[in-house]
Amino acid sequence: MNLDEYRRAARAWLQDNVPSDDYPEADPVSRAKSFMAGLYDAGYSGITWPRQWGGQGLTQAEERAFADEARHYTLPTYLFSIGLGMTGPTIVDRGTDAQRERFVRPLLRGEEIWCQLFSEPGAGSDVAATQTRAVRDGDHWIVNGQKVWTSVAHHADWGLLLARTDVEVPKHKGLTMFVVDMHHPGVTVRPLKDMSGRANFNEVFFDDVTIPDEHRVGDVDDGWSVAVTTLLHERLSISAGVGMGGQKDDPASLEALRTMVDTGDPYVRDQLVELHIRTRALALFNQRLAQETRAGVFPGARGSAAKLLLAELTLFRADLATQLVGPEAVVGGHPLAGVIASAPGLALGGGTNEIMRNIVGDRVLGLPPEPRMDKNVPFKDLKVGTQA
Amino acid sequence: MKLVLSPEQRELREAVRAFLRAAAPLPKVREGYDPAVYARLNGELGLSGLIVPEEHGGAGAGMAELAVALEETGAALLPGPFLSTVFATIAAGPVSDKELLTGIADGRVTATLDRTEVLFDGTSARGTLPQVLSGMEADVLVAPARTGDGLVLVAVELAGPGVRRTALDTLDLTRGQAAVVLDGAPARPLGRAPEAELHDRLCVALAAEQLGVMRAALDAIVAYAKIRVAFGRYIGSYQGVKHKLADMHGKLEQAESIVRYAAWAADESPGELPGAAALAQAYVGRACFEVARDHLLLYGGVGYTWEHDAHLFYKRAKADEVLLGPPRLHRARLADLLEL
Repeated sequence: MNLDEYRRAARAWLQDNVPSDDYPEADPVSRAKSFMAGLYDAGYSGITWPRQWGGQGLTQAEERAFADEARHYTLPTYLFSIGLGMTGPTIVDRGTDAQRERFVRPLLRGEEIWCQLFSEPGAGSDVAATQTRAVRDGDHWIVNGQKVWTSVAHHADWGLLLARTDVEVPKHKGLTMFVVDMHHPGVTVRPLKDMSGRANFNEVFFDDVTIPDEHRVGDVDDGWSVAVTTLLHERLSISAGVGMGGQKDDPASLEALRTMVDTGDPYVRDQLVELHIRTRALALFNQRLAQETRAGVFPGARGSAAKLLLAELTLFRADLATQLVGPEAVVGGHPLAGVIASAPGLALGGGTNEIMRNIVGDRVLGLPPEPRMDKNVPFKDLKVGTQA
Repeated sequence: MKLVLSPEQRELREAVRAFLRAAAPLPKVREGYDPAVYARLNGELGLSGLIVPEEHGGAGAGMAELAVALEETGAALLPGPFLSTVFATIAAGPVSDKELLTGIADGRVTATLDRTEVLFDGTSARGTLPQVLSGMEADVLVAPARTGDGLVLVAVELAGPGVRRTALDTLDLTRGQAAVVLDGAPARPLGRAPEAELHDRLCVALAAEQLGVMRAALDAIVAYAKIRVAFGRYIGSYQGVKHKLADMHGKLEQAESIVRYAAWAADESPGELPGAAALAQAYVGRACFEVARDHLLLYGGVGYTWEHDAHLFYKRAKADEVLLGPPRLHRARLADLLEL
């Protein structure tokens, strides 16, 4: 099948299979799961993932073609976005064959939902300051601690957990990555309402939770390098919008705004032109990164530049749209009230803008790192979190 | 849509870059136009004939290849009539004027394009052109003239009779302009001018040069931030500096993406060209100046001195930003195209 045929087939499948939004009474979890199962059976789940583990083994070209077609819809895949964008690729890259066999296919089939358990109250930007402990007990590990900002944890079956396994060594050297069963006794998930009023993320508490050693991802005390793999995938998937559904009905888009504001006003016109310029500039950058990936050039840390630009564009467009629409934008459930209330999220989640600028500066431009006090100190002697 | 360079385009880039590094290094740009460098640029690399059709002795390449070359001449702040000759070539391409195009492709003729209308009586031209790009260096001026057949392009020998040229004192020290008065200068009609498409292609070509200017400015200040020490640390290790450089990098990435897109549209997708060209000038022109400005500022006081090169980039970037008219015109064009 050539790319055009692939695209046509994808278009036809989407037309017939994307559920409409008209059934809010349907349980969103079972709706999402059955949609993913259909997606998998049709061959559109894990398009670029290895065939051996349940993917389609196709190229970025097919994935891009599918994504282009899917842009016209809002796919109910949000619950799987962490698994598809971050934890799944980490298992594929760094897991054992047994882990790949066990976890990848059920993820792609929509049978199991994943969350990512990295951030803590005392370890946000500085995620290597993780304090959650995992202590070895024979062929098991016992976990105690707390994670935060965990998207979809309240629906998750599995979590990718970064935990401290050695406090006697510097902080990056004493971390290990695990897959934790979110239904295990001792795991408590508490919804955390964000500033938009929704509770899409959670606090997660671990009280004597056991994890079998075969659910360890990577070597003991090598968890930081696994986490870096996950974070790289995270930034790429955020900037590429993987699993985040389409842009349909976006009230801050140029298409929506032109129907709401007076485009006869030269100031308004020029502001809308600015919105168009910034939107196109970033869209073309993302397309260029995708084409480079297809040509075998992995964007690496340049994905952080794309993520930073998307976060800034998100803030800009929400701000602009509410300014142009005026008082009605901030009352009565106007869609733009939701847009402005959630706009800061992207500049914080997945690495703050400041962290992204550090990454671009250090790894893309090769600038000298900042002097640090934390690199060679045993973790137990280090200040972490918020201290007076 | 093609946003990544092909292996051949990368080879072209390396060849032009290596040549300019050796033949036109930054310390030489203040000496101005060097015809010997042009002769080699055109002889060894065939750059002047890059987009000239093969039937007229050129390479018959597209805007995508031209953009690669212009990015490098921009990065080198190459003095002289290279961009102006490109502009004239773009204008003369559709009318397929053998004499002019062959001369350009051979490297015998440098040219410039000005869009001030002149009076043309069939054999000679009259008019006052206040700001002709590289007007002192170019051999041939191409300009529009109103005739009974509508708007045509005419060619005038700038060194010939009936031409008065006065060098202007330009902000940009690396590329000049001239006031040109034509008073019965012998002129030759080239053919009709496709005005809108011509303007779009000029926008794309200029954006490619601007991309080179901003890349070179960013490379220079990044290199400096890695060796300059203050308060016992390299300045590039301070977030106040590093974060600004990261933002400049983001502008560069987006600018490159837009330039590749616009060049592709010029070659392959004429329907997209107007929007892509206006976007290229609206975004890249501004981004280039902002990056050149911030690169100068990050040098500290030394960047404000005459002997430092930072102001050469700053001034070229400003001159380029307004070269095809006030930037608001590109934005207004986008508004029209978006039917706002």
